[in-house]
Amino acid sequence: MADQVYFEDVAEGDEIPNLMKNCSTQQLVLWAAGSGDFYQIHYDKDFAQSTGLKDIIVHGALKNAFLGQLLHDWVGEGGSIKKFGCSYRGMDDAKQDINCRGVITKKYTENGDNFVELDVWTENPEGKKTTPGTALVTLPSKN
Amino acid sequence: MAEQEVAQSVITDEMREAVGKESPPMTLEVEKTNCRMFARAVGHTDLIFYDEDYARSKGYRNIVAPPGFFGTPIFKPGAGRGEGPPGRGFSIPYKRVLNGGTDYEYFETICAGDTLTATSKIAGFTEREGSIGPMLITERETTYTNQDGKVVGKMHGTTIQY
Repeated sequence: MADQVYFEDVAEGDEIPNLMKNCSTQQLVLWAAGSGDFYQIHYDKDFAQSTGLKDIIVHGALKNAFLGQLLHDWVGEGGSIKKFGCSYRGMDDAKQDINCRGVITKKYTENGDNFVELDVWTENPEGKKTTPGTALVTLPSKN
Repeated sequence: MAEQEVAQSVITDEMREAVGKESPPMTLEVEKTNCRMFARAVGHTDLIFYDEDYARSKGYRNIVAPPGFFGTPIFKPGAGRGEGPPGRGFSIPYKRVLNGGTDYEYFETICAGDTLTATSKIAGFTEREGSIGPMLITERETTYTNQDGKVVGKMHGTTIQY
């Protein structure tokens, strides 16, 4: 885990450290069990192809959870995630890089809490944002 | 994508009446093993999702439920999946379904040992003419309440039928 990031250290427009993922078929099976989503397009190639896909695809909710990890690791022990989520706009293949990224869009203080709003997304190797989303987190203050 | 009003609405009176009505409550158990399994599937490295003593040393009641995890429904053979989320089962002419997106909102930390009660409702229907043709967009909201009666989180989900 990286050092604690503080509210005073961040500015609108800053990009947060990215998180790179690349899902093995094993990871997709783990996710099926962990999340309870057993739809076969995510682990059964024959089934996926019978629906017109060229191969199995990564669960949208797993990409959403990757964004949760991106934020959790960034806010550290002193911060917390208030909201996060994304739209599912594009499919990602297994065994292909998924780059999880975030940019700060706003920071403000309200009732003593230090809030930071972000745009977050996963990006495929062609640079397409397959799950654009937003997040709201709190960060600790140095004071 | 250029969006415009659909030529003919598929939203029926029955659907309009269903907006805002709460589903029967569903029980979700937040267990240590499931928290670990979910965290492992994502690739989390923070030990608060895996190690009870470590989580307690950081001030948590128990292993923490990783972001996006709101417990596991209780499975019973033959019970099916219950009524499922509201918004399914209406008679509309579209055959295909897409999960449009999910947003999570947290008010309290969820830990292993918690029992959550989830109720869902349809927040609204909208229709659009998109690049894939006319679409019906259903917005759902699920509220999670813990064993102490505290609302710990909400999930906002979007389903697209076209």
